[in-house]
Amino acid sequence: MQVNMTINGQEVSEEIEPRLLLVHFIRDSVGLTGTHWGCDTSNCGTCVVLVDGEPVKSCTMLAAMASGHEVTTVEGLEVDGVLDPVQEGFMQCHGLQCGFCTPGMMLTSKALLEKDPNPTDEVIREAISGQICRCTGYSTIVRSVHWAAEHQTAAPIGSAT
Amino acid sequence: MQVPAPFEYERATTVEHAIALRERLGEEARFIAGGHSLLPMMKLRLANPEYLIDINDLTELFYISEESDEIRIGAMTRHRELLDSELLAQYFPIFRDAEKVIADPVVRNRGTLGGSLCQADPSEDLSAVCNALDASCVIKSTTGERIVSMSDFHVGPYETAVGPAEMLTEIRFPLKANAGSAYEKVERRAGDWAVVSAGAAVWMDGDRIAGGRVGLAAVGPNTTLIGPVSEALDNVVPSEELYQLVGDIAAANCSPQTDQRGTEAYKTHLAMELTRRSLRRAVARAQGQEA
Repeated sequence: MQVNMTINGQEVSEEIEPRLLLVHFIRDSVGLTGTHWGCDTSNCGTCVVLVDGEPVKSCTMLAAMASGHEVTTVEGLEVDGVLDPVQEGFMQCHGLQCGFCTPGMMLTSKALLEKDPNPTDEVIREAISGQICRCTGYSTIVRSVHWAAEHQTAAPIGSAT
Repeated sequence: MQVPAPFEYERATTVEHAIALRERLGEEARFIAGGHSLLPMMKLRLANPEYLIDINDLTELFYISEESDEIRIGAMTRHRELLDSELLAQYFPIFRDAEKVIADPVVRNRGTLGGSLCQADPSEDLSAVCNALDASCVIKSTTGERIVSMSDFHVGPYETAVGPAEMLTEIRFPLKANAGSAYEKVERRAGDWAVVSAGAAVWMDGDRIAGGRVGLAAVGPNTTLIGPVSEALDNVVPSEELYQLVGDIAAANCSPQTDQRGTEAYKTHLAMELTRRSLRRAVARAQGQEA
């Protein structure tokens, strides 16, 4: 079947099997390997991407279901060589150690800050509660999101064209 | 790598279209709503539909509305909307209690009320909530619609009253005066399935409980509504003794099984204790003592 969607502002059109999961479509068909593929059971959250601005676990959504929608992956955070404040925050505050959970963590953080530009610790912790950092670096992730909140100058989701 | 078996994909554009597709494609077709129960089952090949009918474009099924004597919720309303709804929090605080502990925020962005009920997992939280609130389900077909109570909706584990050419479109919740409700869940880790959970709803007449209902999750393949509780809550004065009595009734009327989440004895204890706690909070809320 044919699917057409926008990924990081680019129109993508591919012929796929209906059973193809969004995470594999993004990684294998489109070649954007920044989206990580982890537990495959919608527990770990490293595969989180934004679909129409909302965080979604891409291992539990069919690529077919995303057809006609706007998808943002970690590659879409940076615009014209300028990192998003969330990316900058993760760098400044050591929000990543091994980096495996990072793409999902950053996209969830990005969506959170769109809705709540000044989240409390509790709100941040709740927002990322569906994602696992096996390095257990949660404190620095929360600090990174605060850093991003204090340095919000980035473009809104989907403006990367 | 977990991959579903091959299937054909169709996307419905209206409720009528969805039902027509289901009628044409037959028993081997399934609707997919949020997909957060069905896709994991398809990955494990526990579900192998030949056709998936995607109903995520049916915007007509995304709503929470207030009528004169009931709240109506569209079947595609997502967990996040149920959690955030001030209308539901006002009338049925049990929803916010339950939604806070269902999966995690990202999963709640996709999962739906209708999908949860149609999955009919005996451990599923919203089935207990809907039973406690005496909800009824609107099921549509090409020839019309019928309304079934929650107790008739769930036929058995993973089985509902929805026929092969039908669709659950709406869930209705009767509004009662001076009502309160609450949900209590014990889980092994945040966002997990319940070890056991209990939902209670009561409505008051002055200082007395006029009536009440209790629904449990994860206490047996066919147990959700604890019927005998409703008799014990018919026109009584609330007290700790009453909560204990009702908790004991709940424990005596469930049939949990020992599994990785706990022993039968532990789950039976939880059925008692969580019934007691949820009932206590429901009464406090009905009396305006707790938000």
